[in-house]
Amino acid sequence: MSDSVKTSDYDAERKEMNAEAQEAVDKASTYEFGWSSDIEQDFAPKGLNEDTVRFISDKKGEPEWMLDWRLKAFRMWEKMESPDWAKLDIPMIDYQDAYYYAEPKPKEKLGSLDEVDPEILRVYEKLGIPIEEQKVLAGVEGARKVAVDAVFDSVSVATTFRKELEDAGVIFRSISEAIKEYPDLVRKYLGKVVPMRDNYFATLNCAVFSDGTFVYIPKGVKCPMELSTYFRINAENTGQFERTLIVADEGSYVSYLEGCTAPMRDENQLHAAVVELVAMDDAEIKYSTVQNWYPGDENGKGGIYNFVTKRGLCQGKNSKISWTQVETGSAVTWKYPSCVLNGENSVGEFYSVALTNNYQQADTGTKMIHNGKNTRSTIISKGISAGHSDNTYRGLVRVGPNAENVRNFTQCDSLLLGDQSGAHTVPYIEVKNPTATIEHEATTSKISDDQMFYAQQRGLDEEAAVSLIVNGFAKEVLKELPMEFAVEAQKLLAISLEGSVG
Amino acid sequence: MTISTGVTHRLKNFELKRNQMLKIENLHATVGDTEILKGLSLEINAGEIHAIMGPNGAGKSTLAYALGGRPGYEATEGSASFDGQDLLDMDPHERAAAGIFLGFQYPVEIPGVSNLQFLRESLNAQRAVRGEEALNGAEFIKLAKEKAALLKMDMDMLKRAVNVGFSGGEKKRNEMVQMGILDPKLAILDETDSGLDIDALRTVGSGINAIMRKPDKAVLLITHYQRLLDEVKPDFVHVLAAGRIVKTGGPELAMQLEEEGYEAIAEAA
Repeated sequence: MSDSVKTSDYDAERKEMNAEAQEAVDKASTYEFGWSSDIEQDFAPKGLNEDTVRFISDKKGEPEWMLDWRLKAFRMWEKMESPDWAKLDIPMIDYQDAYYYAEPKPKEKLGSLDEVDPEILRVYEKLGIPIEEQKVLAGVEGARKVAVDAVFDSVSVATTFRKELEDAGVIFRSISEAIKEYPDLVRKYLGKVVPMRDNYFATLNCAVFSDGTFVYIPKGVKCPMELSTYFRINAENTGQFERTLIVADEGSYVSYLEGCTAPMRDENQLHAAVVELVAMDDAEIKYSTVQNWYPGDENGKGGIYNFVTKRGLCQGKNSKISWTQVETGSAVTWKYPSCVLNGENSVGEFYSVALTNNYQQADTGTKMIHNGKNTRSTIISKGISAGHSDNTYRGLVRVGPNAENVRNFTQCDSLLLGDQSGAHTVPYIEVKNPTATIEHEATTSKISDDQMFYAQQRGLDEEAAVSLIVNGFAKEVLKELPMEFAVEAQKLLAISLEGSVG
Repeated sequence: MTISTGVTHRLKNFELKRNQMLKIENLHATVGDTEILKGLSLEINAGEIHAIMGPNGAGKSTLAYALGGRPGYEATEGSASFDGQDLLDMDPHERAAAGIFLGFQYPVEIPGVSNLQFLRESLNAQRAVRGEEALNGAEFIKLAKEKAALLKMDMDMLKRAVNVGFSGGEKKRNEMVQMGILDPKLAILDETDSGLDIDALRTVGSGINAIMRKPDKAVLLITHYQRLLDEVKPDFVHVLAAGRIVKTGGPELAMQLEEEGYEAIAEAA
């Protein structure tokens, strides 16, 4: 009697568990960009050793100096340890249990997008690329031009608008091409802003970077279009190690857009990119990112590990580097786009919206290193935490002893949704020159019941109301984005918050 | 003779049914553990303007919130229907789409969201629920300009963030512009007159008349004072005390309240 009762309890429990699991699967499969494409891959063997590094270099047909550089980095990395100072809880990563190189099977050289694998074009379509592209390709008058250097998995498959850029003297290449075509330029700047030894993930990137982008804007040239790279991580278990180098010569200007979505994966994927920017006298670089890699499911399973080193060097006087980022994706984000302000009167800016939901963790912010006289920096950070997530702003403002009349303004606002999420602000301020003016403002708030009811009474449902209020909160940053990105970013904030209310 | 009477009677019934907008019967509502509304009944027909007056704590704002569906204001007994639909069964945004507008006593700030964006999204959300097509940018701006002019409100104000940095009077006028744009069937205006100077009161009053005094619309004015009722003439005045309507009359009741105070009238009732 009692046995049979137990059995039926057990059955009921199992049924319940199955139902829960099914529900989780159903919900997880609703991830908007949760699909993967069938394109043949060419893999490096699993694991990381000198042979892996040689394999990658060989695959890319790199010159000897590049291989030596990679090997030097690899040997350095082997002796380093993963940093643990961030407010992140990351399981041990087994670097030997991952692939470090994957590329689509080589096709014939492509002259235009028409020749691109239709499967890849479908990927673009899902990413929403074609709108601007099609306008330009169809020769629509007045269409805003966006050049797309497509990094599909690890290899650039097509670079568009090369001709128009070439006429302007702009070099816009995959970094592997640039290494072969412009070795002197690449050698001169690669690793100059982010030294090989900088940090664990940057060193790893030096050893195994798969591909990325190289941009050079010659003296006095205003780049005739926004440059855009869409990254996709598409091979299961393939770490992505992008390498980007942008050099803006005297008096030049470039706006660069980086946007990412990733297909859904069950296993965590490692991403460790390095981005280096150099601005000479009177040059300006505007670097915008919308990051939407798979954040894991609502139980914290899966998702991308994103360890990025981004740094800009304002080398010349009156130069300016501006970072704008909207970060909604990845299970773990470790990212501090920074500016080293060496040139007199140079300007650094950091505008950030970081949104975390479910079990996402983000530790992000910036470093403004003031070495030059009269240098100025602005930091606007908006953190939004929902679900069980943790969102940390970590920022450093450093003023060197010779940097006279430095000004910095920092504003850090945190918005909490629900009562299970965390927001943390960790500012570091180091001032070695008494003429500096440093301002730091920080607020933490919640969406109030008053605001919610007010918006709902006007006709918005719960999710639309949250989305509206959150977008308002992030407005100061969103307005810094180029138009086409701003619209995408607003939608992204709404999508990322789905299910976080009610 | 007999037949003709029957027809007239039926027509009258039909007319009544068609005109009835809001019907509240024996409504009890609690906030937290406290019962605030204790059996309130009220009927409002299209084309009518009702005023509810009463002392502080009588339940005036609770009535407004309960009708708007604010979480935390729970109806525990009785019923409320709007155009024949069970109001208490609807989400706040569904009530808005059905045509109920709440003018807030303390309009809320939404930083970073412009009035125009807020109203366009709200209006289009309502239209979507009603199965109507969304207004495009140009159509919406035209509508907003027209309503802003009616309330003597600068368009620049509509470009600013919702109620952020607005004076008390500006906030109340902004509520009226919102009402004009959203074009509800029933406006429940909770102390819209508080914080207004004489000129602003006039503007708001004429705005309410222009927007809402129509055969197919109705207004429920919640107020402490006679002065708004000089601008917006009510058809019915109700006295709310201790969670129930204790007396109903015409405009003269408001005058009487002004002279004698709530207490005397509540006690007499």
